[in-house]
Amino acid sequence: MPRRNDIHRILIVGSGPIIIGQACEFDYSGAQACKALKADGYEVVLINSNPATIMTDPELADRTYVEPLSVEYATEVIRRERPDALLSTVGGQTGLNLAVALAEAGVLEKYGVELIGAKIDSIKKAEDRLLFKDAMKKIGLELPQSQLVNSIDNGLEFAARIGYPVILRPSFTMGGAGGGIAYNREEAEEILERGIDLSPVHEVLVEESVLGWKEFELEVMRDQADNAIIVCSIENFDPMGVHTGDSITVAPAQTLTDREYQMMRDAALACLREIGVDTGGSNVQFAIDPKTGRMVIVEMNPRVSRSSALASKATGFPIAKIAAKLAVGYRLDEIKNEITRLTPACFEPTIDYVVVKIPRWQFEKFPGAEPVLGTQMKSVGEVMAIGRTFKQALGKGMRSLETGKADGTTVYLEHLIEARLITPNPDRLRYIRFAFEQGYTEAQVHELTSIDPWFLRQVHEMVDLEKELARGSIDAATREQFLLAKREGISDSFLARAWKVPPLEIRARRKALGVTAVFNRVDTCAAEFESFTPYLYSSYESECEANVSSRKKVMILGSGPNRIGQGIEFDYCCCHASFALQEFGVESIMVNCNPETVSTDYDTSDRLYFEPLTLEEVLNICDTEKPDGVIVQFGGQTPLTLALPLKAAGIPIIGTDPTNIDLAEDRKLFGKLLDDLKIPSPANGSATNVDEACAVARSIGFPVLVRPSYVLGGRAMVIAYDEDTVRRYMQEAVSFSQSRPVLIDRFLEDATEVDVDAIADSTGAVLIAGIMEHIEEAGVHSGDSSCVLPPTSLSPETLATIKTYTEKLARALTVIGLMNVQYAVKDGKVYVLEVNPRASRTVPYVSKATGVALPKIAVGVMLGKTIADFTDATGVLSVPQYFVKSPVFPFNKFPGVDPTLGPEMRSTGEVMGVGENFGEAFAKAQLSAGTPLPDKGRVFISVNDRDKPVAIALAKRFHELGFEVTATRGTAEGIRAAGVPSKTVFKVNEGRPNAVDLLKAGSIDLIIYTATSGAHAFSDEKAIRKNAVTHRIPCITTMSGARASVEAIVSRRRDPVRVWSLQEIHGAGVAAKAKIS
Amino acid sequence: MNSAVLALEDGTVFEGSSFGAPVERTGEVVFNTAITGYQEVFTDPSYSGQIVVLTYPQIGNYGSNDGDNESAKPHIEGLVVREFSPLSSNWRADETAQQFLTNSGVPVISEIDTRRLVRHLRSRGVMRGVLWAGSTARPDSQTLVERARNAPSMAGLDLATHVSTPQNYDWNQGIVRASPSDCEGEATETRHHVVAYDFGIKRNILRRLVHSGCHVTVVPAGTSSEDVMALKPDGVFLSNGPGDPEPLTHQAQQIRKLVGKVPIFGICLGHQILGLALGGKTYKLKFGHRGANHPVLNQITNKVEITSHNHGFAVDADSLNHNELEITHVNLNDDTLEGFRHRSHPVFCVQYHPEAAPGPHDSHYLFDDFVKLMDQQ
Ligand SMILES: Nc1ncnc2c1ncn2[C@@H]1O[C@H](COP(=O)(O)OP(=O)(O)O)[C@@H](O)[C@H]1O
Ligand SMILES: Nc1ncnc2c1ncn2[C@@H]1O[C@H](COP(=O)(O)OP(=O)(O)O)[C@@H](O)[C@H]1O
Ligand SMILES: [Mg+2]
Ligand SMILES: [Mg+2]
Repeated sequence: MPRRNDIHRILIVGSGPIIIGQACEFDYSGAQACKALKADGYEVVLINSNPATIMTDPELADRTYVEPLSVEYATEVIRRERPDALLSTVGGQTGLNLAVALAEAGVLEKYGVELIGAKIDSIKKAEDRLLFKDAMKKIGLELPQSQLVNSIDNGLEFAARIGYPVILRPSFTMGGAGGGIAYNREEAEEILERGIDLSPVHEVLVEESVLGWKEFELEVMRDQADNAIIVCSIENFDPMGVHTGDSITVAPAQTLTDREYQMMRDAALACLREIGVDTGGSNVQFAIDPKTGRMVIVEMNPRVSRSSALASKATGFPIAKIAAKLAVGYRLDEIKNEITRLTPACFEPTIDYVVVKIPRWQFEKFPGAEPVLGTQMKSVGEVMAIGRTFKQALGKGMRSLETGKADGTTVYLEHLIEARLITPNPDRLRYIRFAFEQGYTEAQVHELTSIDPWFLRQVHEMVDLEKELARGSIDAATREQFLLAKREGISDSFLARAWKVPPLEIRARRKALGVTAVFNRVDTCAAEFESFTPYLYSSYESECEANVSSRKKVMILGSGPNRIGQGIEFDYCCCHASFALQEFGVESIMVNCNPETVSTDYDTSDRLYFEPLTLEEVLNICDTEKPDGVIVQFGGQTPLTLALPLKAAGIPIIGTDPTNIDLAEDRKLFGKLLDDLKIPSPANGSATNVDEACAVARSIGFPVLVRPSYVLGGRAMVIAYDEDTVRRYMQEAVSFSQSRPVLIDRFLEDATEVDVDAIADSTGAVLIAGIMEHIEEAGVHSGDSSCVLPPTSLSPETLATIKTYTEKLARALTVIGLMNVQYAVKDGKVYVLEVNPRASRTVPYVSKATGVALPKIAVGVMLGKTIADFTDATGVLSVPQYFVKSPVFPFNKFPGVDPTLGPEMRSTGEVMGVGENFGEAFAKAQLSAGTPLPDKGRVFISVNDRDKPVAIALAKRFHELGFEVTATRGTAEGIRAAGVPSKTVFKVNEGRPNAVDLLKAGSIDLIIYTATSGAHAFSDEKAIRKNAVTHRIPCITTMSGARASVEAIVSRRRDPVRVWSLQEIHGAGVAAKAKIS
Repeated sequence: MNSAVLALEDGTVFEGSSFGAPVERTGEVVFNTAITGYQEVFTDPSYSGQIVVLTYPQIGNYGSNDGDNESAKPHIEGLVVREFSPLSSNWRADETAQQFLTNSGVPVISEIDTRRLVRHLRSRGVMRGVLWAGSTARPDSQTLVERARNAPSMAGLDLATHVSTPQNYDWNQGIVRASPSDCEGEATETRHHVVAYDFGIKRNILRRLVHSGCHVTVVPAGTSSEDVMALKPDGVFLSNGPGDPEPLTHQAQQIRKLVGKVPIFGICLGHQILGLALGGKTYKLKFGHRGANHPVLNQITNKVEITSHNHGFAVDADSLNHNELEITHVNLNDDTLEGFRHRSHPVFCVQYHPEAAPGPHDSHYLFDDFVKLMDQQ
């Protein structure tokens, strides 16, 4: 059954913005699908609202629509493009849901579009818990007892029957949103209420708890001829009760006999066949009772999933790519295994190493959220590590995490051990290690955690070895001891701390003793066949398979685990850097440890090293590869922290000199530079202790902005209106600043913030790629505010100033490659907030808006070419339409957290809206961001006095637009005084019915709310914002944002639903520029 | 931790730690790429005469248990692993893998670079070796290499007779569920008598035959066709087994005489003997097939089965008389012959292991096919 020739055009649905539970793994799978289908001669049409993805690059599809993933807009795309088929299985839950919605709306039928990948009935059967239960019963598979309920009472009644704890899962929510474990009636009541509300069908499944059972996942593939294979088995270190996305997971399964494994395999295949997934990949989750071996099926996803990405990286078997080929009719045995070349893809990968995945959480960014793990996913990213043994992989994984706190510095408290072990939390693994250090037995720890004894033994052995080594010294250490330490995954920096010497001395010593890393290959077959793809991981075995080339080569350091402030945007840049290098005939070497990314796809770069981004591991690779250059400016902060040490170690860094990158972060030096250039910046100073900080703050004058240097995403940054705040804040901040000073700036209130991305070359030429005007004023982190290209309200003078300043800065810092500058414009005056001589978060967005692949030009200039070699454009690049970028927040995952915006970044992802006018672009962006603006109904306004004039003007517009206006007393009076009818409603603390009551009653469609004082948020402000989140009502907290919304609403009323593909927007431009080299 | 040494005939030497019995063994060094099922490998008689390298680095994690034995005792000469678990973590375990091997006198070398060893065997081909894990003084490497060179080579070796049962016995035990959730179907009630030649038969073959409705009499490798027919079998089964098929000329002659008289089903060595009996030739593979992930195409149904393998020799497809025999199964990795059937007689066989143990269950249907053949007689 070769390729289908009855279909020609295929629509691929992406997964939209990065959110918790759905991250860049779907860019990876989507990009693979696009490539595979295009390579096969199909025309690929793509829709995805996320501009930071590789998949939305104009080169990957024939028609690329960065448009909202809503039925309305998807229909318009289908109407224009008339695809023959829609591939529904590579866009995560979002893609699957949109496919279902389109089918149910009759759109697919109307335009004769065939669903490929998974059919509607199979999707329904797998997603609808009741249908799924029946299906599994039919094939003799057990599920935990359960019952669907639509009311709290029925829920409590059934829970009482099966006994607590019970698991509560709202139907059709992703990543388990709104679900949870209830240990008693009270908790059950609370979760049921939330769940029934969040479930689109207002339905919650109450389920028997199998907490503490072993959790497993199988990645399965099946073709139309019913050939089916298991790609990979995964065992969770954390037993049932912790979402797989929040669990440390291990591939392959470690504690199953062949009988049990085959039993699970049979069950998974039976499940796939019964659900009717006739082509593609699926993920099936199981739980096994460690005492009796009883097995239950937890769930199955009839699509490529987060775990598929992990399984692909863990085995070298590209699930998404092959799923796409199967969807168009190929058989598994008709597809070659690209790694071995000689054998077919129809086999089950076998591995001779161990893979460990560890999630990364960021509860610290959401004060008020309890750092506790359960059935709902909370992690924002993950790392994967490959080792010859579990211990080696675990060690690598732990140091891949870059938790920000210098290793060893965190303190663990003995009295917290039991609590930290019993209740799953981000620190549990570290506390298990601590418990062993304190002499806990494996039995005790198992008792508290239910973690499998085999895993505990491994961790215990590591701890014991560390203890033993710590007793020694660098001079006494023998070759055998070094070798043992390295084989057991212990880092040089651990030995350095234990033996009180600099890490590089440890390195030198062990190399002198002949203990050096070698590299093994990921080859899908445990070395049974030769591998032709250099997909490598380090180990301390006896034979190196790196097999390096003698070509000119450049190494790119990736950005590590996704985290708020450093995510897919940087992976986008790294991938493009790699593509560019290949185009320029230079061998590209990628180093990264994030399994979700496109950069860790073995066919993105010439060579892939799946390694932690630590000095130790990077130097190991350099020793082997001897690269002609290393690129540090694309991976965000992660590679930058390595830049100086690498340079010191004699590694050739290409592009902007690390010392200049560093200079931009050093307040004193940078301040001096600005003075010399006569570029104004907010009054500022820096401090290394509490008193100094207060002094500086006083001299500058409040409000001030306090923050540590060298962190991304405004981590631990606060606006202080008084000295106490500064005092209180110092400790925390310092602990994050890794011995770098704390920075204190005069905080500019009500200033317009502007982001600029530019490229400079060795001739001093500077190309300004984009001047982005933020919608929210300065004070809201650049990553958290919407912004627009081209700028809408900046005067020509201001733009000119910004251009000059940017050029001056680029030359002064002798930038070679990318640079990002953030400005604040207040009363016509332009201040520099910060300069980052590196790729920024906005590079992909600007590239898509301008049609110019910035990273490529940047790499070009790093290799000695000039900007002129790429484009005749000078000055500022133009954009043919309006492009609005809007952030997406994870507040719905952190109930109880105040969803207000500030200088600390909290968004996980972004979307782009395209329009012929600002309003249209903004409206689309808001829709894509999941906060669609109403076009009629009731607007609730409550603002501080400063904002009243604007608010009144806005109220007038809303009234004209036919909205009913409701406001709190003060605001309402003002509005009525202006002759606009307005109802008055109580503030929370004034009585009832108050604003929150209205909100809950669903009688408010839009909220415009500004804080009455920047310093503290009052209880009712919090209450209103929180309820706005839970009831999904757009809540605008800035006047500029409010103004933008009015324009958006006007556009929604006026403009038709229309879409543009990037190819038509940039026309030949894209193609042409894509070819430059 | 005591040290252990693995010395190969080509002079390559690996130093590691000893985990099993403190003894020295020689054998052909082969590797198996299955991730699970080490105990089935230990106890598969087809491995006698061989030192087995397991490519999966963490071995012993789930201990060992009686239910997973493929014969009365381990048959491997020695075991080579990257890391050996001192602890067993599984509800089915009744002792640790280490105790299990030590008690039955099998030496284990651990902590060595198994990947390098496997790459070595892959490129040079399997070779003889010595696994020294003795408690006495360690012989120098050269001596060990010499001993490896003096070990008997697999080619031309009749090990089947050696591991076969001394006398007939009956087998009636079917499949025992691995767990309360095992969705293994019900056994069909007994309706055929099968005589099974034991060339080193795996228990799971016997269990599967019983599960598919057979009552089995197991007979020694040397049994004559007359004695077999005297047992009035509805079908004859030719088992898997160790060593080179070529020396088994006597067996081949007996089988030749049985063809046409009674339905015959052969697995692995059984398949090779049938090949020889029907005029084919066998040859030694460079490093064999040992694993649980080999894709085999069933040319009759045009479906792919993921199969379990353990063989160092193969039947040369071109040597078969294609007017008389039809090729039914082919290996998609290297196009080697995996199964054939007789065009005019109820005779068929496969090179791989449909009984799995360890491995996927995709090929269980072959046992039912055998029963159907007997039904038709
Ligand atoms: N019956 C149960 N008892 C205990 N834990 C459970 C149960 N069902 C699910 N879980 C836990 O909740 C997590 C999420 O459940 P799952 O069905 O996989 O939802 P999702 O669709 O979010 O992946 C699982 O990974 C598992 O750890
Ligand atoms: N002096 C200032 N006045 C007003 N807002 C500021 C000032 N400095 C920083 N900000 C706000 O804080 C946010 C984060 O500061 P920034 O220096 O960009 O940190 P990061 O390195 O995390 O991007 C900026 O986007 C801006 O909105
Ligand atoms: Mg799940
Ligand atoms: Mg910034």
